[in-house]
Amino acid sequence: MKNITVALAGNPNSGKTTIFNFLTGARQHVGNYPGVTVEKKEGICKYDDVEMTLVDLPGTYSLTAFSVEELVARNFIIRKRPDVVVDIVDASNIERNLYLATQLIEMNVPLVLAFNMSDVAQQKGLVFNIEQMSQLLEAPIVPMIGNKGKGKKELLDAVVKTVRREPTLRKHRINYGEEIEHELSALVTLIVDKEQELTGQYGARWLAVKLLEQDDDVTEKVRDREILNAVRRSVDHLKSIFGDEPEVVMADRRYGFISGACQETIKMTVESRHNYSDMIDAIVINRILGLPIFLILMYLVFFLTFKIGAYPMGWLEMFFEWASRAIAHSWPADSAVWLKSLLIDGVIGGVGGVLVFLPNILLLFMAIALLEDTGYMARAAFIMDRIMHKIGLHGKSFIPMLIGFGCSVPAIMATRILENRRSRLTTIMVIPLMSCGARLTIYALMIPAFFAPRWHGPMMWFIYLIGIALAIICIKILRLTLLQGETIPFVMELPPYRVPTLKSVAIHMWQRGWMYLRKAGTIILVISVLLWLASSYPKPSEETLANLDDEQARQTVLEHSVIGRLGRAIEPAIKPLGFDWKIGTALIGATAAKEVFVSQLAIVYAVGSSDGGTTTLRERLRANYTPLTGFCIMLFCLIYAPCVATVAMTKQETHSWRWAFFQFFALTALAYLLTLIVYQLGNAVA
Amino acid sequence: MEQKYTQPLSTVQSGASVKLASIAAGRGLNSRLASMGLVPNTVITVVNNGHPGPFIISVKGSRMMLGRGMAQKIMVCPCDHEEHHSRLSGQSE
Repeated sequence: MKNITVALAGNPNSGKTTIFNFLTGARQHVGNYPGVTVEKKEGICKYDDVEMTLVDLPGTYSLTAFSVEELVARNFIIRKRPDVVVDIVDASNIERNLYLATQLIEMNVPLVLAFNMSDVAQQKGLVFNIEQMSQLLEAPIVPMIGNKGKGKKELLDAVVKTVRREPTLRKHRINYGEEIEHELSALVTLIVDKEQELTGQYGARWLAVKLLEQDDDVTEKVRDREILNAVRRSVDHLKSIFGDEPEVVMADRRYGFISGACQETIKMTVESRHNYSDMIDAIVINRILGLPIFLILMYLVFFLTFKIGAYPMGWLEMFFEWASRAIAHSWPADSAVWLKSLLIDGVIGGVGGVLVFLPNILLLFMAIALLEDTGYMARAAFIMDRIMHKIGLHGKSFIPMLIGFGCSVPAIMATRILENRRSRLTTIMVIPLMSCGARLTIYALMIPAFFAPRWHGPMMWFIYLIGIALAIICIKILRLTLLQGETIPFVMELPPYRVPTLKSVAIHMWQRGWMYLRKAGTIILVISVLLWLASSYPKPSEETLANLDDEQARQTVLEHSVIGRLGRAIEPAIKPLGFDWKIGTALIGATAAKEVFVSQLAIVYAVGSSDGGTTTLRERLRANYTPLTGFCIMLFCLIYAPCVATVAMTKQETHSWRWAFFQFFALTALAYLLTLIVYQLGNAVA
Repeated sequence: MEQKYTQPLSTVQSGASVKLASIAAGRGLNSRLASMGLVPNTVITVVNNGHPGPFIISVKGSRMMLGRGMAQKIMVCPCDHEEHHSRLSGQSE
């Protein structure tokens, strides 16, 4: 058995992921490239006696240093030296797609070209002379129909043959024209002379090409001043000749090379007929219908994720309740009560807390896969871009933020649809400001307790609105400080509409679900168990509990526990916000999950959760606090520390605890500041 | 390169084909657009100049959406008919 590494490169929308899924099936590993928020997918594929590790590189149009994705793809090819690079080319859109191939050819990697969507190309009337084209590009070409799984065997065959073949020098290379070639050859001589190490790693010609393109990454690597000066002179010289940046002229020459190769090897047989995508677009991105259609689809996504998702969620909850009851009943009386409590409240509670999100995540990613695979996502981004751009985000950011109204956990995961790292981080940071379903239970408790029925609706609306307004302000601030950088002007390919395949949607769901369980799930579980410990230990003595009824006993235990003590300890700090230690205790407990706030408050007020517990709790709250405090509680709960599941998710998605802690503390500080102002002003006015 | 008179892409009517002259944007954006096929002398067909809707163009056979600000930065000049029209662009009409 021979082990080889195969990298899959290709344009966005070239069907790269579909082919990757077809080759590897569900045997995939999704991670991140070290240090960057770019997803790295790996999978295993066996063919003949060869075991291939396939790496799905980010979808890119080019390999410049201008975007993280392109740099990641390029560095992978240079540093990891995959045995073969397969470039997935959309054959129906051949010229633009071959641009990336020209860059790979220049890197002199063992290359196989997969001409995907060859059926669509045929419908368009394109007839390829594969053999001749393969000779011109000096790489084997395999026609494929990725979404039907056609060409898989041929592709693997070509990969294995390429590995076994002796490496040969290329006969053709892209000719940049006399002036540029002149500068290139001068640079090559200098580079070979002065930078032996880099030459060995990258190849002198590639280095020269990149230096003329003023590629920041390569320029930084070159130490020799003489080379850098020579580059500057060459660039100035070329600019004066062409009246344009050298890289633009060089891009033009690459297209010239492609166009030459295509002219000789591709025939147009029929004039293309109707373009169905244009017809659908006439309705879907119509200036009047576009927004309503988008909003209806978003409503469906939300409905699917949270309303339909509520059923399996309910089943899971029922199952866990049943399990805890089963354990409680069969547990031998009086033996190791702590273990019973750990199992029921700690472990089952924790695991349950992890699994309840799973239906949401699976359904949400099914919806996202459908939106992406059909090609609608690009349109959605366009429709929202006008609005989102004003606040400094990408049009696609709207989708995770909307999902945030259901739950921050899947919402943060959904930021994966954003390609730009800065947009993605900014969106993740503000998602907790979208009032999630768990916080709704807090509002539902507080609003009727303090406000007249006719104010219930407006109050709820007001709280949600505060969250949105704060999110917009925070985005603005983040974009001006930590996450600076020009917002990328809107340019986006509009992929033709396609029918998604069941397999690709299923794989998408499976990947996301599994990743959530494995990564975020473990962190959520550990922190949940820790929080359970903190709310049950240390225990008060047996004598104290002896004469108390159930509710009073629970109250005493909580007061005595770490969380209860912490609640008391922070009382001086939260007093200026109008909160006492009881609220403090509930707030600390609620970092496990925001809805815990309600149950913890019920415990500190020793209100049974059975028969009309909520009503009694509301009465107690009304008796103890003013409506101003009630409002301040909601305001604080809206903003402060995201729940542990959100923290775990932020850590996983940003790949750093730093961002997770920043989010946690910055939001808490913001909550404190705002509530302080509101409470003090409110008191002064009253 | 002979200089004909140029105009921003945003002023081109739906259905018309023009030739790209230059792009007045930063280096990063220029290079990104170049990799998407927007290089000088490329034929651009305006599929929809939607006033105020989406600005959709066809370049080398693929559809691209631009923000209006972007369309104002791209300078184009009239296209000599047939001469540069790519055989492979696969457009309707």
